[in-house]
Amino acid sequence: MLPISYYVGLSAILFSIGALGVLIRRNAIIIFMSIELMLNAANLAFVAFARAHEALSGQVFVFFVMTVAAAEVAVGLALIVTIFRNKQSIDVDQMSSLKG
Amino acid sequence: MTTTDFLSILPITILVAWASILLLVDVFTNKQKWLTPLLAAIGLTVTLAFSITQSGNAYAGFNGMVVVDGFTSFLNVLFAISGLAGIALAYDYNKRMGLERGEYYVLLLFSVSGMMLMAAAADLIVVFLALELLSIPLYVLAGFARPKLDSEEAALKYFLLGAFAGGFVVYGVALAFGATGSTALGEIMAAVNTGTADMTLLLIGSALILVGFGFKVAVVPFQMWTPDVYHGAPSAVTAFMAVGAKAAGFAALLRVFVAALPTLYEELVPVMWVLAALTMFVGNIVAIAQSNIKRMLAYSSIAHAGYIFMALVAFGQQAVAPDAVAAALFYLLAYAVTNFGAWSVVIALEKAEGKGLQLDDYAGLGRKYPALAAAMLVFMLSFTGIPPTLGFVGKFFLFRIVLEAGFVWLAIIGVLTSLISAYYYLRVLVIMYMRDGEPEISSPVLLKLTTGLTAVGTVVLSIVAVPLFQWASQAVMKLF
Repeated sequence: MLPISYYVGLSAILFSIGALGVLIRRNAIIIFMSIELMLNAANLAFVAFARAHEALSGQVFVFFVMTVAAAEVAVGLALIVTIFRNKQSIDVDQMSSLKG
Repeated sequence: MTTTDFLSILPITILVAWASILLLVDVFTNKQKWLTPLLAAIGLTVTLAFSITQSGNAYAGFNGMVVVDGFTSFLNVLFAISGLAGIALAYDYNKRMGLERGEYYVLLLFSVSGMMLMAAAADLIVVFLALELLSIPLYVLAGFARPKLDSEEAALKYFLLGAFAGGFVVYGVALAFGATGSTALGEIMAAVNTGTADMTLLLIGSALILVGFGFKVAVVPFQMWTPDVYHGAPSAVTAFMAVGAKAAGFAALLRVFVAALPTLYEELVPVMWVLAALTMFVGNIVAIAQSNIKRMLAYSSIAHAGYIFMALVAFGQQAVAPDAVAAALFYLLAYAVTNFGAWSVVIALEKAEGKGLQLDDYAGLGRKYPALAAAMLVFMLSFTGIPPTLGFVGKFFLFRIVLEAGFVWLAIIGVLTSLISAYYYLRVLVIMYMRDGEPEISSPVLLKLTTGLTAVGTVVLSIVAVPLFQWASQAVMKLF
């Protein structure tokens, strides 16, 4: 079996890619995908740690995270669709009607 | 499920069940627009009553995943009242702005239930679930004025940043789980004390959780979404989320860092010190440049997050920790009352198409509507921290704790930034009283009632502040 640190390392890399994606990409859907990547990086870490500690609760947490992610998708995609109808664009750099 | 389990989440259960029923009721009572808000208010009142009966008790349910103690009851009462104020502000506002849809109140109830769960959470899983339960309805509420572009943009920005913050929280929880083998705060604390925990991993995890909640409560440098979201969202929603989401975020921070801080004190406190100082500076200084009252109040809310954050810094000193929590709770209460009052004035002056929101629109208010102007005077004094208002007492307790904990410079920064804040708060008063203008207001009964009650509350509660503070400190003694 691979040592636990490999899994945790992979999850840290995935999390960083996700966080960078949110900061760098400008398309709302891709930003959203990057956020999902962050959540799934956490899921990987949970499963790996659950195995290491032999504690089932970590695996159960993954289900919670997946459920919450699904709820977020429902609301998030709806918001993105509404704004696309209005602006014909989902580029976050063009979301600039609010300025002070 | 034992009786204790059931009792521990009773207020939340009532609220969620009631909101679900309301969804159905709303479908069948399309003509009676007043019915859903009324029923929602009744549901909240019942929840409030149950929360009050719970105070004084302390027990844990669901194997310690949720706890009911003074801290929970205090915040539950605050959240239920915030919900009621949110409904009172929204009812006429929604009618005026053409947003009269029953879902509004249902979403508000769901959000309040998430906040209450947050106050009761004693397990990181529950903290995360509560965070999402309170946030997701708020994303929708922020975009409630669709197809108005401002509102949609606010919702999208709030959503993306909120979900981003959620990602940080989850990953932080995963690392804390990895470090200690448990997500229950009590067990994490035990693992730390027995030395079986991986402290590096726990430190990184706590830092990530701090970042996630930093976004939620709008601490600099995680505040960039706040002005846009507060500006674009319907004002009634902004008022509610400025209080509720912030209080819930701080509730979680206080709970979580009870477990983390004693051992990670050395590493985390300098970071929090800098965050608090930065937040007070940036919030107050940028607020000066605002000409739109919604944006000004948004930056003011950032600044107030900085003040409350000071309590978290002081929190690490074991000797003053209970008082620090009490001071934070008291400040949240003061902020809630004042904030709802100020937003009720904003709502009274706001007109369709985002008109009536510039500071200049307040010119002449003192002459034409003296009562409303007097209320605004009270709220601005309270925000600044001038007696006899709740804001002053809140700041007094907060600064005292910070000094007792030995952070003299932080207290000095707090006082200095309060002085800076006087400039933009008092400017509103100058415009109201010294300039001529013809402001027009709409003042339906509920709105007047909210303004009046919060204005009286801001003054009267400051006179009975000491017993109130004692109530808050008793509330906290039973934490764990």
